[in-house]
This record gives sequence, C-alpha cells and structure tokens, in this order.
Amino acid sequence: MILKQIRRLPTWARWASFATLGILVLTLVQELGQNETSHLTAMTTSQTALKWSIPILLAGLGGLFAERAGIINIGLEGMMILGTWFGAWGAFNYGPYSGILIGIIGGAIGGLIHAIATVGFGVDHIISGVAINILGPFAARFLSSEIFTGYQGGSVTQSPRVESVDKFTMPFLAGGYDTPNFLKWLGDKDIPILSDTGNIFRGVLTQTSWATIIALLLVPLSAWLLWRTRFGLRVRISGEDPWAGESQGVNIYRYKFIAVMISGGLAGFGGAFITIEMSSIYQEGGTTGRGFIGLAALIFGNWRPGGILAAALLFGYPYALQFGDFDGFASHALLLVNAIALFGVTIWAVRKSKHADAVIAFVLATLSAVWYFIADTVPDWWVKILPYVIVIVVLIFFAQRLRMPAANGQIYRRGQT
Amino acid sequence: MLALAAPFAAVVFATIASSIFLLIAGSNPFTAYGDMFEYGSRLEIQVDILNRATPLYISGVAAAIGFRMNLFNIGVEGQYRLAAIVAAYVGASVSLPGVLHVGLILLVAMLVGGAYSGVAGVLKVTRGVNEVISTIMLNAIAISGLIAWLVREWQAGGSVDATATNLGVGTEPIDESGLIPNINSWLELFTREIGKGKELTGVFLVAVAVGILYHILINRTRFGFDLRATGINPFAARVGGVSDKKMVLGAMVLSGVVAGLVGMAEIAKLGRFNPNFVGGLGFAGIAVALLGRNHPGGIAIGALLFAFLDTASGVLQVTGSASREIVFIMQGIILLAAVIAYEVVQRFRIREEARLASALLEGDA
Repeated sequence: MILKQIRRLPTWARWASFATLGILVLTLVQELGQNETSHLTAMTTSQTALKWSIPILLAGLGGLFAERAGIINIGLEGMMILGTWFGAWGAFNYGPYSGILIGIIGGAIGGLIHAIATVGFGVDHIISGVAINILGPFAARFLSSEIFTGYQGGSVTQSPRVESVDKFTMPFLAGGYDTPNFLKWLGDKDIPILSDTGNIFRGVLTQTSWATIIALLLVPLSAWLLWRTRFGLRVRISGEDPWAGESQGVNIYRYKFIAVMISGGLAGFGGAFITIEMSSIYQEGGTTGRGFIGLAALIFGNWRPGGILAAALLFGYPYALQFGDFDGFASHALLLVNAIALFGVTIWAVRKSKHADAVIAFVLATLSAVWYFIADTVPDWWVKILPYVIVIVVLIFFAQRLRMPAANGQIYRRGQT
Repeated sequence: MLALAAPFAAVVFATIASSIFLLIAGSNPFTAYGDMFEYGSRLEIQVDILNRATPLYISGVAAAIGFRMNLFNIGVEGQYRLAAIVAAYVGASVSLPGVLHVGLILLVAMLVGGAYSGVAGVLKVTRGVNEVISTIMLNAIAISGLIAWLVREWQAGGSVDATATNLGVGTEPIDESGLIPNINSWLELFTREIGKGKELTGVFLVAVAVGILYHILINRTRFGFDLRATGINPFAARVGGVSDKKMVLGAMVLSGVVAGLVGMAEIAKLGRFNPNFVGGLGFAGIAVALLGRNHPGGIAIGALLFAFLDTASGVLQVTGSASREIVFIMQGIILLAAVIAYEVVQRFRIREEARLASALLEGDA
C-alpha cells in the first residue's frame, strides 16, 4: 500500500521517498551494529560519497544526451580520460575554473571524433566508441610525454599537483559563514536515527565544491533542455524516429552532432572533476572505468536525469565506504543493508509475479544475510570489488525492465530508411 | 584491391598525422621513422617483435570471435590475467612430464578464461545485461580485487597480508617441465644465429594454431556459419533456426577460452605470475581485431604492425630523435582511421554493386 502511494507521487517526490527509505535502512543497521559501523552514516562518508557520485553522474548525463539522440556512446570512458588530462593541463596553467572548462573542451573533442565517425561516416557506434576508448589513453600518454615531463613534478604518467575550486558550506544548517551549525548540534545529541540523518546531511552540505553544485544543477538543467525546449524535442526525435524528424524538416545530422559533443563535454567535465576535485593530480588510469559505470547509471536511471542522479549516488556510496574502512566493519554492515534491499526486491518481484527475479533476489539476499551473521568483518578484496559488484547486481534486475530511445544505436543516413 | 586500400590509407593517414604532431613537438619525423625502420630490421629486434605480436594476436582472435557476431567482449584484459595467475599457481603445484605439464597449464588457463567470460555470457543471455558493461565490471573485479588478493595469498614462501610492501616475487616458480621452450632453433633454420640472448617464444606456435583453428571454425563449421549469420542479420538467423542465446553464450565462452592463452608467453618467460605481470594486452587485442577486420590473416598483420611500433619505438629513447610515445598516437590514429576507412569502402562497394545491377537491368530492357 505504501508502494502504491509512492507510485502516485511526482517523480521528484518518489525519488525523495526512496532516498528517505535508504537513509532509514542505513541508520537502522547503524543502530544494530553499534560503534563498529559508525562509518555507514558518518559525515565524512556522505561527503565522500557525494564527491564520488559526481563523475558517475556526469558520465551518465553525457550518455543521456548521446543516447537520446540515438548514438550509443561507449566511448565515454575515453572522453573522460581526455577530460582528466586537459583538466589537469588547464588547471595547472590557468587555475581550476579554467581547468574544468578546458577539460570539458577536451572531452568534447572526443565527442566530435565519435560524431564524425558515427554520424558523418556511419561507423557502428560501439566500434567507434571502443576505438575512442583506446585512443583516449594513448593520446593522454603522448601529451603527457610531450608536456607534463617538462613541468616540475610531472612525468609521463602524471601531472604536477593542481588546485581545487572553492568550497561552499551551507549557512545555519552546517555552520557556513560563521553561522550556528544546526546539524552538528543535532549530530552531537546522539538521538537515534535523527542524529545519523543529520550527519548524512551535514556531510553533503559541508565544504561542498562549487564544481559539485554545478554538476548537480546540470540534472534539472538537462531535464529542462531535453523535455521543455525545441532543441530538446529535436534531439529526442533524432533518437526515437529520425526519419519522422527528417520528414518534418529537422536537420537530424546537426542535432546528433551537437548532442554527441555535449555528451563528450559532460564526460570531459567528469574527467576534469576527477583530476581537480578528487585526486588533485592527473594520473594515468585515474578514471578506473567510471565512464562505463556512468553508462550503467544511464540504464538503471531509465534514460532520465533524475534516475541517473539516483543511480550515481547508489554507485558512489560503496566507493566512499572504502576510505577509512580498513578493518572492513562498515562493508560488513553493508551486507545487511544489501540483504534488506534485496529482500525488498524479492517482495517487489513476487508482487509483480516475476518469478525468476524473485528467486535470484531471494538467493542473493539470503547469502548476504548469512554472510553478515557468520562473519565479523569482510576481507579487503570484497571492499575493493563492492562498487563493481553492486553495478552488476543492479543491472541483473533492471537491465530488461527499462526502455531506451527507440532508434538508439541504429545507423541513420539521410534519405535512406 | 579495395580491401587492402582501406588499411593502407589508414596507415598513410596516421603517418602523416603523426608527422605533424612530431613537427609541432620539434622533432624531425623522417629521422624518427628512419631510426625505427633501421632498428626494426635487426634480427634480434625482429624476435622481440614476434614475441610481442604473439600475445597480441591471440588477444585479437579472442576479441574477434565475439565481434564476428556483434558481441563485444571487452573483458579479455581481466580474463587473461586471471587465467594466467591460476594457471601459474596450478602449474607450480604439480610436477608432470613435459608435454603433460605444459598441456595442463594451457588447459587450466583456457578453462579459467572461458569460465570468467562465461559469467558475462550468462548475465547477457538470462538477464539481458549489456556485455560491454558487465565485462568492464568483471575486469575491475578481477584486477583490483581477485588478482590483487590471490597474488598475496599465493605468494612464494607463504601468503602475506594486505599491508605488505614487497610483492616482488610472485607465485611459486613452475618446474622447467611446465615451461614452453623457445623455438630459436626453428627460426635459425632460415636466419643466422640469434644473438644477445634473445629467445623466440614457443607460444608463437600456439598463436599459429589458434589462428588456423579460428579460420576453420569460422569458415568451415556449422557453428562458425551460425556465428557469422547472427552477426550479419540476427533476425534472419533466428528464423533459420539459430538459437541466439546459445550462440551468445558459446561465442562468449570461446572468446574467453582463447583469451586465457594470452598470458602464456609471459608465463613461459617468467616461470611464474608476478605482480608486474604484463597488462594492457586485452585492450590492444581489441584494437588489433578491429584493424584486421576479424579476419585471421588481417589480425596477424595488425598484430605485427602494432608489435613493430611498440618494439621499434624503443630506439627513439636511445637516439633521442623523438619521444617514443609518438607510437601511441600513431596506433590510436591508425585504429580510428582504419575503422572509418572500412566503412567508407563498404559503402562505396554497395553503391558500385547497385550501379552495376541497375546497368545490367537496363541492358536487359
């Protein structure tokens, strides 16, 4: 009955209620595990989780623009790598804000190449994307050898240190600009659930980078651009039925080109964010497959900006847990969270009479719960692979349920059907 | 003729583009290319090139098996590394007579590779999980999780914990009987004696066998026919009674089986798996497969070309005529240009055929 009411709510409220549910589960597990698991809802965890979500979010939004225009963009990872390199180069020479801008341009160049190959020449989207994923790191390696080796502290595989953009702390709620810190007061009170929730929000609102805020604002902006403007309608017709668009006089090639370049630019932003906000340095291989996780976020988010944000937060969380969880206690507690979530999926699947889903979810949930109760901690390799395991498990349940743009991945040639 | 024109044009285009990059960087492209060709013409360096081309070729074939039916196994990277460490471990823990020992190691590697890629196959067939994403996630799971853990767990002389700083040794050494010997004597039938202690890996013969079997499989068997049919037109293939689920699973597992062999040359050379085990062969193999259009001979040419660039560029560090990283940009541009050139040639062909057909029709009328 609760679920039914949730379904009647508008999208934003539905996601908000899911988020509330998630926080509630986390805090309950936190209460159950006592001090060992304080990491789950610690302020630093939510702070780091938000940060780790941003590159995934940006890659996901990048995928959104390309695939809404009907171009599959497997090359996001390569474009992201270009973003990490150009972001570092720009930030080192012209400061962090310009660094992000130059990173976006670097990614957009990758997008342009993908657009030339797929839209201009009609190359298979995945082949072109794979080629860009190989070209990206090669180009970054060459550029580093030519440029970063000449800098103090730079080498073939890394750049010198770069500065981050300014931070923002919410006044009153988190005590920014010398105002009272309400959430800290709440967190110190040690009230069950309320204090933990306060800590989670305090982490998100404290010392938040402006780059993070801009990235988050891109979610409603993308939604508005794609669903409320003439431009967005034309991009979407390119992905749903380009021939219908063509018959209405829309220059499909142009919209596909622009959309794929925006896609590359967003991936480049994600890359620059990794360099400037997270590692403070360009490092070869620093993207660690997050372009692909962005694609997974796009699928889980059902090709919608709000869904992508939710997926990015979900996928970013286990990364954050890795930090400071050297003894594996928090990841151990997360097993219980996973079990609860998977039992939830089981119930959902039973109600929808999806029997295979129900069986798989139930088995996974039971395994997770059994592991939680027989062990006190988890091995370090489990902590390392958890983010990737979660991506796969999520796709197991959601890969077939969702609808992508109808003409996604098809090769469109003007005047040919 | 046209089939050869496309890759040739790609290489010429890449050479010109790289020359521009070299000029901007302040190097003389002619000196750089001259140095590379001079270096690459030495016998010892050619042995190095063949040694590099061998795993690249196997990796290329592994990727090509999937590509033939539009199935993108991007997970060769994780599959071959996982296969290599397990095979090295099993190989070191038994002692058998030569052929059996080598056979066991190869078998274990193929089984592990096939099983690991099979996970992605099962996920795709039963749950519709896109294989590109799942294989990339499985790469991360294998490399940053499983292998990082196994290399500590199976450390020669006892396992070490996560905080250990010295992981230089690797797994227990494999007995001499389990190591594929070099085939210098075979090569020396045609050439002078190979100097400087260079050895041509015996896995070269495995690569040749893989190539021949791949050719037979694709062109002479029912499975190969179904594979190609599914790749060209999945709907028609389904109507023709081909089970696409079986094909996806079969191609995925087979791709992983071949991927398992990629690390064998390195195992034969090192005699164990160590933490600095060669990486990147999986992704390079994808490039080689795309370059060779999934054709057994084409992949060989692609592998030799990339191996030449990788190896011969070593001389640039010595002569200082250019930065050796220029070959990365060359490889990247060759790949992208080739992919585009193939498409252009394909379109040109279709148009030519349409023109010819209409000309014939008019002739009849």
